[in-house]
Amino acid sequence: MYRDFGTIFLFILIGIVLVYVPLLIQRLIAPKKNTPDKLSTYECGEESEGSAWVQFNIRFYVIALIFLIFDVEVVFLFPWAVVFQELGLLAFVEMAIFLLILIVGLAYVWKKGDLDWVKYNVKYARGRYSKAITEKEGTAVGNS
Amino acid sequence: MTVDNLINWFPFGAEWPVITFVSAVLICAIPVFLFIAVYALVAIYGELKISSFMQDKVGPMGQGVGLHAGKWGLLQPVADALKLILKEDIIPESADKKLFILAPFVVFVGAFITFAALPFSQEIIVADMNIGVFYILAVSSLGVIGIILAGWSSNNKWSLYGAMRSAAQIVSYEIPAGLSIITIVMLTGTLSMQGIIISQQGIIWGFLPNWIIFNNPFSFIAFFIFFISGVAECNRTPFDIPEAESELVAGAYTEYSGMRYAFFFLSEYANMFVVSGVAVAAFLGGWNSPIPGFMDSPPWGLFWFIGKSMSLIFLMIWFRWTFPRLRVDQLMSVCWKVFLPVSFVNIFGVGIWNLLVG
Repeated sequence: MYRDFGTIFLFILIGIVLVYVPLLIQRLIAPKKNTPDKLSTYECGEESEGSAWVQFNIRFYVIALIFLIFDVEVVFLFPWAVVFQELGLLAFVEMAIFLLILIVGLAYVWKKGDLDWVKYNVKYARGRYSKAITEKEGTAVGNS
Repeated sequence: MTVDNLINWFPFGAEWPVITFVSAVLICAIPVFLFIAVYALVAIYGELKISSFMQDKVGPMGQGVGLHAGKWGLLQPVADALKLILKEDIIPESADKKLFILAPFVVFVGAFITFAALPFSQEIIVADMNIGVFYILAVSSLGVIGIILAGWSSNNKWSLYGAMRSAAQIVSYEIPAGLSIITIVMLTGTLSMQGIIISQQGIIWGFLPNWIIFNNPFSFIAFFIFFISGVAECNRTPFDIPEAESELVAGAYTEYSGMRYAFFFLSEYANMFVVSGVAVAAFLGGWNSPIPGFMDSPPWGLFWFIGKSMSLIFLMIWFRWTFPRLRVDQLMSVCWKVFLPVSFVNIFGVGIWNLLVG
């Protein structure tokens, strides 16, 4: 056991070295002629406007939350799956109940519209979204 | 098992256990790195040529003598690699330098350590862990952190958009992939890669090889869910919205150049091999021969494993020139509204199948 994870630990260290050495070679042989224009942020040739560190769409956060729930669930399933054949029907029924609870959660999220990337119809919207909802149905809310 | 075998071969293993262990791991790691590098060159050349032939072009061709790309353009990937190492290393002024430098390390190490658990043949596997497939699923998602770091630290709008889309896509598709692997674990009762492959020896249904894809209808579906999710996790067409070149320049890698970019590129190709390798090991019999008993001895294991993996990689390249890019909302709804429910059905199906038939 310690041998396996010791191998992985050494692999991490070797991986770091394997990235570092080519970077070092590049530093030695590649040209270095920096100009302010070269070091500016790329924006298709335009002068870059403002910082990119801005507030971002909330939908990514929602996806991350849903992912977290289902990923933890996958972790729970692994030990069960290993011993599933030995335990038989009882374990299957127990895990089926656990899964059903999560599927109810999935159905809830689905119904709420959090799985839709582009939200056509947001119930109980407030603030800046409330205006967009009053427009005729089929109008997308938010940007890409 | 290779590390363990090497330690046993070392004459002075008992006196200096740590030195023996470290040198054994080093002896394993260098071929793995060379394999990744050579495979990447082959895959890049393959991608150039296959994509050209599919579009009725000839692709890179060397002409005449001198500094050309060799016969049939065979040296094209080598020339690309040389170009990348000779390029100027640019770190944008407004970037967060520490994170910008850290990102390629995280992405490459995440891809590299996955190879430690890939079963190349009956005897060649660096660390045959008892939680092998779980380990692969866990460390292959390290790359997301690197992509987010790259996108955020570049301080570039394209990079940030690309990184966010990439992260949302990779984490979403990880769930159907993980649930498909669970059906495998239910059938084989082990998490060790070699254990999963050993349980796929022999014949099933009279004439088919006893691979898990043929075991029952649900595992047949699970293979396709896993493979398509894997293609999505590699950010490849038709799931390449994170680096859609017509809208986001190069996604999270926009500001990277030279070797730093090369390592992102290398990791992407390495991840393609990992996805194909896991799909082969879990569903397509790993190093087992397609005809049981025919060329089934240990030296052929390497041939079968790499051959099957390369076929799946060919399929991925084929996808790229066949399917148009998905829209981002289609991408998310396919994952959450199709793959996830079908994966749940698969788990129930495999469970009931196992209780009734198996």
